[in-house]
Amino acid sequence: MKRQDTWIESVLFYSDSWLLTSDSWQPAPDSWDLIMVPLSHYLALSVILFVLGATGFIFRRNIITVFMCIELMLNAVNLAFMAFSRFLGNLDGQLFVFFVIVVAAAEAAVGLAVIIAVHRNRKSLNIEEVDSMKL
Amino acid sequence: MTFLFYIMAAVAVLAALNMVLQRTPVYSALSLIVVLCALAGVYLLLGAEFMAVIQVIVYAGAIMVLFVFVIMLLNAGHETPSHRSIMAKWLGAPLIGAFLGVMLVVIWNQFPSTSAASPKHLDGSPAAIGHLLFKSYVLPFEVTSILILVAVLGAVVLAKKEF
Repeated sequence: MKRQDTWIESVLFYSDSWLLTSDSWQPAPDSWDLIMVPLSHYLALSVILFVLGATGFIFRRNIITVFMCIELMLNAVNLAFMAFSRFLGNLDGQLFVFFVIVVAAAEAAVGLAVIIAVHRNRKSLNIEEVDSMKL
Repeated sequence: MTFLFYIMAAVAVLAALNMVLQRTPVYSALSLIVVLCALAGVYLLLGAEFMAVIQVIVYAGAIMVLFVFVIMLLNAGHETPSHRSIMAKWLGAPLIGAFLGVMLVVIWNQFPSTSAASPKHLDGSPAAIGHLLFKSYVLPFEVTSILILVAVLGAVVLAKKEF
């Protein structure tokens, strides 16, 4: 027995109810099934990117480059989420990637504002000189 | 068509390597944009067309543009050689390599290439993601909108010249 839609769902999805009743509403045959790359290859790429990001994060001295290595690590994790989402047939993984992208955007905005404030006070972008809270 | 994945993967790894090894931050930023676009291509090969386009528009098109703006605003220029000990590099790099090797071995054993795990049918269209986003995940969606608002306010306050 199909669950009754809540009122917000009936408002939001009113427009495609006619789509659901028509015969042409079929999920398209998945042409991506032709691509037979095993899951381990996706995860290997994810791990390689993550380790490269971690290496850059540890060894680089420019604050902005360090921040970009953080973004690289986030992207490696996104790839792992996407690969598992595909191989488990669950769309939740892609939703997680969506939220990770949104949070990374917010974090980039705040982090870059902090970098600008640090640069204004110390005139340097070298993390070796930003090692205490006191100027 | 599987060779497309390996081309994208090679491009992503080479660009990430370039990003980590470059001296100039602007070149690192441009290499990161290449990585993001290569990953968007991989998402496309995974059948996730919506997330691929979101990756290009939001990540490569907004976040990295913000990065490049800040690099040019602060006149980041070049990076000076480190005053840190060389011992950190000589000890750290092999350990990172060992970690990478261990992770690859674990992945290879855990998810064998010859197993029966095949990609399931997945509808990555905006309609499917929208259905999931506004039905099951409506609370995280609203919370992230508040998060973005707070982030914008915080960024404006932190980067102000004076109060």
